Amino acid sequence: MNTFESGGNYSLSQLQALESEAIFIIREVVSELEHPALMFSGGKDSIVMLHLAAKAFAPARVPFPVLHIDTGHNFAEVLEVRDQLVAQLGVNLVVGSVQDAIDRGLVQEEPSGSRNRLQTRVLLDTADKYGFNALMGGARRDEEKARAKERIFSFRDDFGQWDPKNQRPELWNLFNTRIHIGESIRVFPISNWTELDIWSYIAQEGITVPSIYYAHQREVFERNGMLFGVHEVCQPRADEPTFVDTVRYRTVGDASLTAAVRSEATTAADIVAEVAATRITERGATRGDDQVSEAAMEDRKKEGYF
Amino acid sequence: MDLLRFATAGSVDDGKSTLIGRMLYDSKSIFTDQLESIERTSRERGDEYTDLALLTDGLRAEREQGITIDVAYRYFSTPKRKFIIADTPGHIQYTRNMVTGASTADAAIVLVDARKGLSEQSRRHTFLVSLLQVPHLVLAINKMDLVDWSEEVYESIRREFVDFAAKLDISDLTVIPVSALQGDNVVQSSTNMPWYQGATLLHHLETVHIASDRNLVDVRFPVQYVIRPHQSSHHDYRGYAGQVCGGVLQVGDEVIVLPSGMPSKIAAIHAPSGPVDFAFAPMSVTICLEDDVDVSRGDMICRQNNRPTVAQDIDAMICWMGSTPMQPGLRLAIKHTTRNARALVQELQYELNINSLHRNSGAGELKLNEIGRVRLRTTLPLLADEYRRNRQTGGFVLIDEATNNTVAAGMILNAS
Repeated sequence: MNTFESGGNYSLSQLQALESEAIFIIREVVSELEHPALMFSGGKDSIVMLHLAAKAFAPARVPFPVLHIDTGHNFAEVLEVRDQLVAQLGVNLVVGSVQDAIDRGLVQEEPSGSRNRLQTRVLLDTADKYGFNALMGGARRDEEKARAKERIFSFRDDFGQWDPKNQRPELWNLFNTRIHIGESIRVFPISNWTELDIWSYIAQEGITVPSIYYAHQREVFERNGMLFGVHEVCQPRADEPTFVDTVRYRTVGDASLTAAVRSEATTAADIVAEVAATRITERGATRGDDQVSEAAMEDRKKEGYF
Repeated sequence: MDLLRFATAGSVDDGKSTLIGRMLYDSKSIFTDQLESIERTSRERGDEYTDLALLTDGLRAEREQGITIDVAYRYFSTPKRKFIIADTPGHIQYTRNMVTGASTADAAIVLVDARKGLSEQSRRHTFLVSLLQVPHLVLAINKMDLVDWSEEVYESIRREFVDFAAKLDISDLTVIPVSALQGDNVVQSSTNMPWYQGATLLHHLETVHIASDRNLVDVRFPVQYVIRPHQSSHHDYRGYAGQVCGGVLQVGDEVIVLPSGMPSKIAAIHAPSGPVDFAFAPMSVTICLEDDVDVSRGDMICRQNNRPTVAQDIDAMICWMGSTPMQPGLRLAIKHTTRNARALVQELQYELNINSLHRNSGAGELKLNEIGRVRLRTTLPLLADEYRRNRQTGGFVLIDEATNNTVAAGMILNAS
């Protein structure tokens, strides 16, 4: 039996409150929308989402598939954990492949080599193909300013686009899930979690995340003040000397533009301590793509990006 | 560590975004890359000082126009609490955004400019805090630096506000003189106002007692989803999943299921962490009953002698959020707890002027951002409590069935 730690018998810790809120939201999606799926990249936030989904329906299985938009620019360690978790929980995995879309001429590789933007089209096509009208994701409002303004149930028109000025009011825990045919909803059950909450929860629950989140030795080089790991899709230029350093990844995205940070943190508890002390946001520290402009994320979201 | 949600209301002119920026900055919750980014923007715009308001105004249009359009959520923690700020715009055309932010708040901060005293806007915000039953209200009298840190100014605004609040349903009020720009009494105590002996704003938010705000008396468990594994290992398992909205449910408790009225006993409670002896709001749990009764989404588990009203005639205050006005005779979808039904607006009893609190019983319609008292008739009975008694089982939303937009927030006064 459990005891409730903080403030006497009838109060919840902040993690318990956030966990209950997320589980309520996931159950609401399944209760009211016919074809939901969970966006699942194998990154820490989506792993926490899957963990919450498993709890929400226990002892039954998770009643929806997981969807991975595969940029082809992957970290092998991440795919490994993705496949392991999918097998363990007995959920269906649906993959939308950016490489495949490029090969078929549906999208064109960008000059920068980043496949971040290309994901949008592949995401919309894959959701269409499988008829998913509610996509749950692990995006958090603390990640970025535009996300801070987004609803938990975020409504998209039939082009998958977000209109930040015309969002439905969200009152109490009464979520309006109604949509017309062709429209869809993105749902963010862990909107109210911060990076620190995620790591505290991973530590508390003993959740497995890909090894690259923990400190390890890696051959890296410096670019724009950030440390990039040498990878088949992320090669140093002639003027960028490589060296081996002790690093970890704070975020896991497209391997060609996700940077590592110097760190000695080898356990989830170490990372909790590190995140609590850090003075740089996770996207600011590690994402080449969000530094383009103040409104980079807002613009991508309007196009249908997660 | 627990969680406190608070809403801030006010416009840029009151220094609301600056206040939040100050709270984040002084509690070391701003990251260096965020600070560099807003310093750059401030410099480019030619501001004299770094505009902390830029931290919270996330949309392009907001930054360009220097206004807050929508509710923004911000997060920070101190060693004592985690905070979620619902930062809402102050102008009357954004009343619906403030109602949204206040609906889940444990506390609300209403800001006034010390030079101007109580404005129509601060009265309106206070009324909304009362209407939405936010349990704790803080009046932050800002820009004290611009009135020479005057105790007389503070006292006169405080007295006027206390008189005004007495006419409303405000249970806990704290008044704090601050300077968001200079940081006085936000996180650090002010040395400029030695006459003020009370807590700083952050200290107050860290220590205000919220555990008793939840209703731990009336057992209310709206069934959200029925878990049936269809697996041989759990052949006969039937669990009722949902979030506790009130009271304490215990294994062994005799309960009834509404609206059927079928009695049973709680056989087991599964929390996210595993089986537990008891559950309370706002836990998401799964309940198993001893008897094989018919229970589905929208039903409610409660106690034999403490039930919500099962009603189709609902008297409520509503805040109209639709762009086209509401008139009696309108049919809408209603969502109340986990129940979906349709509702007919039978009568608009009055429109309440939220600045003067005058009741206009001759109003024929409610326009965007207007508040009024209505009588609804629903197609299915609701399992309803007065909003004053329980914000979860007393609140509802109305949805336009043609556009699917959420067009009203409702607070139940009476159900029969």
